[in-house]
Amino acid sequence: MDRIPVLRIGDILLVSVQVDLQDDTALALQEDLAERIVETGAHGVLIDISGLEIVDSFIGRMISTIASVSAVLDATTVVVGMRPAVAITLVELGLSLDGVSTALDVDRGLALLGGLRPSGGLARSDAAEDAATDPGE
Amino acid sequence: MTEPSRSGWDLLAAHRRQIVEQWSTVAAGALAGRITQAELDRDVAEMFDALTTGAVTGQHRLTDDAYAPMRDLLADLARTRARQGFSPTETAVGVFALKEAVLHLLESLGDLELYRFFADFSRLVDEVGLHLLESFSQAREMVISEQADALLELSTPVVKLWDGIVSLPLVGTLDSARTQVVMEKLLQALVETGSEHAIIDITGVSAVDTQVAQHLLKTVMAARLLGAECIISGIRPQIAQTVVALGIEFGDITTKASLADALLLALRRSGQDVVRRQAPQVR
Repeated sequence: MDRIPVLRIGDILLVSVQVDLQDDTALALQEDLAERIVETGAHGVLIDISGLEIVDSFIGRMISTIASVSAVLDATTVVVGMRPAVAITLVELGLSLDGVSTALDVDRGLALLGGLRPSGGLARSDAAEDAATDPGE
Repeated sequence: MTEPSRSGWDLLAAHRRQIVEQWSTVAAGALAGRITQAELDRDVAEMFDALTTGAVTGQHRLTDDAYAPMRDLLADLARTRARQGFSPTETAVGVFALKEAVLHLLESLGDLELYRFFADFSRLVDEVGLHLLESFSQAREMVISEQADALLELSTPVVKLWDGIVSLPLVGTLDSARTQVVMEKLLQALVETGSEHAIIDITGVSAVDTQVAQHLLKTVMAARLLGAECIISGIRPQIAQTVVALGIEFGDITTKASLADALLLALRRSGQDVVRRQAPQVR
């Protein structure tokens, strides 16, 4: 069984799905990702599904579930690069991925994560300012 | 085939010029000057040659191999006639006129024996006519489906209004097939141009019922999944009333009365603003 790699960039985890997901691959991804979020303390998850061409209701629900799990672990999830055909299928299946942010590509996804969490993202340049403005974290 | 038939074909070949002329004249009468005489003469001569060439082999059914060039010719002719907008009758007469021309020739010769050949010949011409009609209707269906496709293409342009803002002006009635095309084209355009804002303008949509609203909502949902926001604009007063009367919920989808308002909102959302330049005469 293929495993989808989970890459860490700063405090963001990047999941790049470049093959069509099988049911067990998706389940494994959910487990791996949850473990990695806890392990790395990441605050953002970027799921790039530009390679995904075929979705069914299960995979659609898995994307939603993965996002919910990440949210529980306090990591914002952004799904990026969805193909038009996949979007149409998900809508036809009645899955609107409520609560999941979406962006057109990885670049915009990163910007979105940075925007949602001023303290996180790649642009953590001034640690002192972070501590001052966001003592809660 | 029998001997008289053989000599019949020889006779036709011998009187080629006369028959072609006669045929062309009769056919021209039916087509009422909508095609030039020269063009018709050429078509008729080509058909006559293909027919007699086929007959030389001794095969007398249009489906035989010897008539392959004839069938190609007929398909070509049918296509041309269909595109020129001729009716099936007008097209068929172009072939059946041959019978008249040949009968005319036989009558002038007064040879009764040749009538047997004519019966045989007549059947072949009928086959040719039927084949032509069949090709004609096929060609016409193709023209119709091409036009339908063209119409579908024409009616769903995706227009770039600003960097990162595309607009989809909808005109006419929205049915499931069209909505599918519209949805696909819009999503494709969003991905290709990397636009995060789309304005669906329904000024030209004649009526909005629950089904159309459903289609619109689906399109907006799909765009959201891609990471783009949609604004629905161009809602006319009657349509607003219908929407409320039908109890259609647009939820958190932004709706605007005019395209201008929608564009302004899209610009603001993408972090831009429109400001009036200082008027020069004030200074």
